[in-house]
Amino acid sequence: MRIAVIDESPARAAVIREGLEASGLSKILVLSERIGLVSRIEEFAPDVILIDLENPQRDELEELFAVSRALARPVAMFVDQTDDAAMEAAIDAGVSAYVVDGLKAERIRAIVDLAIKRFNAFARLKSELAEARSALAERKAVDAAKTLLMKKRGIDEPAAYALLRKSAMDSGRKIAEVADALLTADKLMGGL
Amino acid sequence: MNLNLVRLGFLPLVDAALPILARELGFAEAEGLDLRLVRDMSWATVQDRLLYGHSDAAHMVAPLAIATTLGLGRPAVPLSVPFVLGLNGNAITLRPDLAAQVTEIGGPGDIRTIGTRFAELAKARRDAGEKLRLGVVHRYSSHNYMLRYWLRGTGTDPQSDVEIVTIAPPFAADALASAEVDGICVGAPWNSVAVEQGAGVVIATTSQIWQRGVEKVLAVKQVRLEAELELFEPLMRALYRAGEAFVDPEKLDVITTIMARPEYLDGSADAIRRVIQDKVLFAKSYPSVRIPDFMFQHREAANFPWVSQAAWLYAQMAEAGHVVPSLPQYQLAQGVFRPDIYRSALGPIGATLPGASSKLEGGISGPTGVGSIQGRLILSADSFFDGQSFDPEAFIKLLK
Repeated sequence: MRIAVIDESPARAAVIREGLEASGLSKILVLSERIGLVSRIEEFAPDVILIDLENPQRDELEELFAVSRALARPVAMFVDQTDDAAMEAAIDAGVSAYVVDGLKAERIRAIVDLAIKRFNAFARLKSELAEARSALAERKAVDAAKTLLMKKRGIDEPAAYALLRKSAMDSGRKIAEVADALLTADKLMGGL
Repeated sequence: MNLNLVRLGFLPLVDAALPILARELGFAEAEGLDLRLVRDMSWATVQDRLLYGHSDAAHMVAPLAIATTLGLGRPAVPLSVPFVLGLNGNAITLRPDLAAQVTEIGGPGDIRTIGTRFAELAKARRDAGEKLRLGVVHRYSSHNYMLRYWLRGTGTDPQSDVEIVTIAPPFAADALASAEVDGICVGAPWNSVAVEQGAGVVIATTSQIWQRGVEKVLAVKQVRLEAELELFEPLMRALYRAGEAFVDPEKLDVITTIMARPEYLDGSADAIRRVIQDKVLFAKSYPSVRIPDFMFQHREAANFPWVSQAAWLYAQMAEAGHVVPSLPQYQLAQGVFRPDIYRSALGPIGATLPGASSKLEGGISGPTGVGSIQGRLILSADSFFDGQSFDPEAFIKLLK
């Protein structure tokens, strides 16, 4: 079974590849570059193509399938057409699959299920990473604001933190937001 | 008031204006709708979401609604088009060195002459074994069919003299710059993007090929449209109001600012403003030129889904070899456009309603009064560049 994974995100493509390899599939081509996409696919002649839904090149692929007839059929063809839940799961996850006609439905279904899981896992990972990043950024801002207050007002760290917290509570904002505002104001005032 | 949720899929193009404005200017809400717009980057994904219920309606390139109904390339799902979101707005852009060989750079020219010169160039390149490659936005797009119509009419065989490929519009400028393609036929604002990068020069607008070419439509699954008129008719009224706003010069600033926002086109407000004003930037460092009716979104019942427009598209699909022409398919294709639902949705708000559902396309050469069942309708010229007209009835004879 030859599988092409087309994804503008090399990180996500790697996550998918790893999953496919772990289930014993080895003939995998990952395509993250736009240039030459169509010719590389034709050359590789995959049985299954997995592509992210946000990829603008999907329309280019559809043309390829219409013209070459070597590859065909969007995901709807192999899943039982009444099985809308499976289709929705794929679209929810943000993945689309094209398969060569005549492949056994169960085999394809397993691959697509795996792709769906990996896409979902990647999305979770990304949002966790974004949360971690913003938590880190917030902590940095609060630290910088504390240092600024300690210097400008000649107070110690607990007092500086208490001041930030009180200001946040009074204005109904997060401490990090108050810290941000303070740092921005300081920058605008040129450290006056 | 409880608002009914309607999700509408769209691509970030200037001709997604009516759905965007229906939401942002409050017309949807006034109709009792919570209109949510779902932005995608390919027609394939817009289509997937519509077919699998992730969206309720879609901004769609007109021939794709017909292709989906006919089951080209995937299982057939009947779609309906009760409302046209706009006419024209596309252009043909060539790499600058090629453009210089076919047109006077910087402004519009006579597109018959440009086409004839293009044909000479294309045949020379074909004979040299280096066919010109032209990118269109989708296999089943008005871009593809308008381009082919013009090529055929000026001496280029679109099947054998050139290679027509699909190119995703966001990459079109880069593809021109790297000579991956020699020309593109895309919508706004993508020609401007290529021109501003110096990667291309506009040689023609599609409105020069056909003054009233059907472009984007509102597509809905037929079963849903017919079963949920109480949801879709208010949507159509909101879109109609958005059309009135779109052609109001006083709203230009507001509209431009909304359209340029990150969640919509995420693009240059200047470029969008130009398009709305029918101004086309033909080449870098040249002033933009106003092309009357470059983008025709609302006036003269432009939102009315003429069955003859669907018929014309089917005829072009047959010419391109995308369908094997047959009478049942031709009828199925025409049935996609639903003037009956347009009338029932827009009659109550006093919109002009044409009496006929089909007309001789390209048959009007100057302002002409047309029979209407409500309001007064005067249509101006809808000519094709070659002076031909398309008669949906006559086409049936060709099928027999």
